[in-house]
Amino acid sequence: MSTLAAAVEVRGASKWFGAHKVLDEVDLTVCPGHVTVIIGPSGAGKSTLLRAINHLEKLDAGRVTVNGVLIGVREHGTRLKELSERAILAQRAEIGFVFQAFNLFPHLTVLENVAAAPVATGRATKTEARERALELLAQVGLAEKAEAYPGQLSGGQQQRVAIARALALRPGVVLFDEPTSALDPELVGEVLAAIRALAGGGTTLVIVTHEIGFAREAADRVVFMDAGRIVEEGPPGEVLDRPRHPRTREFLSKVL
Amino acid sequence: MSTSAEPAEAIGITESPHRDLAAQRVIPLRHPGRWIATAVVVVLAAQFVHGLATNPFYQWGRFGYWFARPVILRGLWVTLEVTALSAVLGLLGGVVLALARLSHNPVLRTVSWVYIWLFRSVPLIVVLLILFNFSALYRTLSLGVPFGPSFFRFDENKLATELVVATIGLSLNEAAYAAEVVRGGILSVGRGQREASAALGLPRWYQFRRIVLPQALRAIVPAYVNQLIGLIKGTSLVFYVSLLDLFGQVQTMSSTYPGDVVPLLLVATAWYVILTSLVSLAQYWIERRLRAGERG
Repeated sequence: MSTLAAAVEVRGASKWFGAHKVLDEVDLTVCPGHVTVIIGPSGAGKSTLLRAINHLEKLDAGRVTVNGVLIGVREHGTRLKELSERAILAQRAEIGFVFQAFNLFPHLTVLENVAAAPVATGRATKTEARERALELLAQVGLAEKAEAYPGQLSGGQQQRVAIARALALRPGVVLFDEPTSALDPELVGEVLAAIRALAGGGTTLVIVTHEIGFAREAADRVVFMDAGRIVEEGPPGEVLDRPRHPRTREFLSKVL
Repeated sequence: MSTSAEPAEAIGITESPHRDLAAQRVIPLRHPGRWIATAVVVVLAAQFVHGLATNPFYQWGRFGYWFARPVILRGLWVTLEVTALSAVLGLLGGVVLALARLSHNPVLRTVSWVYIWLFRSVPLIVVLLILFNFSALYRTLSLGVPFGPSFFRFDENKLATELVVATIGLSLNEAAYAAEVVRGGILSVGRGQREASAALGLPRWYQFRRIVLPQALRAIVPAYVNQLIGLIKGTSLVFYVSLLDLFGQVQTMSSTYPGDVVPLLLVATAWYVILTSLVSLAQYWIERRLRAGERG
């Protein structure tokens, strides 16, 4: 594990919301190409940790590197100094993000949603971006919806578009923040299937979810968080079936 | 249906309303009150229209005489000029004020807040009259470093024609209201939209121009048109700073031809109605354009 260069490395990450410490010196290593699922009770700091990886959330202490690059900050003597907004925006091209609430752009078509970022960031011409977008939409099974608007799609379809959009910049790492929590139960499966299709394709996935069944079958590693700390991590067979920590056992007994 | 029909037949009801339960139509509740109200309103409206047409008090002949007189059209042109200039300058000022109020800079936020608070508190007529008397307060207006050297120096008396005073007054006032309209529009775009833009690494200017603004416009347009209609009617106050707009010309003509006061006021009414109707029409068209995409 430690012999491989980490795709995502979090070291000593701490974050306060007022007097409340949501992240408490968190260390996390994610191997390239792996699927890491983060589980835990609400308020455990799962989403905050995920959002810190692409600097949507600023850490008060600690650091994040993605493929060896320090994210959102640079070293300045013994301290870390925040980068300019422009530099942070440029770094995010390497990191895809899928939101719980999809956050598609409602005034743009599905195709425009997916093709916008590569063109806006100057990484592709309009034609290239369109072709890539159509490919990605076909991959998530929505090629025929290219000209539709997000408001005309079901929640599950919207989230699959959001996944295609996150992949448009060919990121090495894709982060999912509870991608199925806003969906009707019968739509969860299609989104999980789209995520599963990415696993093993070389892209590193970090997924915050409450879908324990999905974690068991798709994850290479499961991370259990509680009260701003990583309590326990390991292969799903260990963490989910033979948890060592009583807090993990208690949580799993409630959700399973 | 058939299961519920069986026991009824067993009981032996000969005629069978039960068999056609599915075909039983529901008669909607009648609303006689609405019909009565309609009749009353129609009668009153007809009386009013009849009165308009037949009451000699309105002097429709004189209305026709004045409606497109050059003197009135000159006033109308001034009204249009002042409205257009103030609408554009006010909107630009409003956008700047709104962005200042939404910025992270506490000084900009406070200055913007104070400006909006002040100009929303002071009646437009007072602003206009203060500006009109500005030359008495400040002999010259200079632009430069406070207490330091000045780069430009204007002589107030030469600078301030009535049109300029009126436009500045209306624009200052308009900017305060437009700022709130624009700010509300920008805030109506959800946080998720900005987060998604940031997560995709979209450049800042692209985020504002292509993601936030088009969505904000949908909230801004109706509110700003409302504001614009207020502005059109607000221009009638510039008469008090000696600018002969539509209302000013009507007032002047009324004092020259006291017998034509009513038809002259009706001419002003008609033109203001025409102007605001045109603006409403433009609003309808713009809103349809903004929504066009979503219907697919």
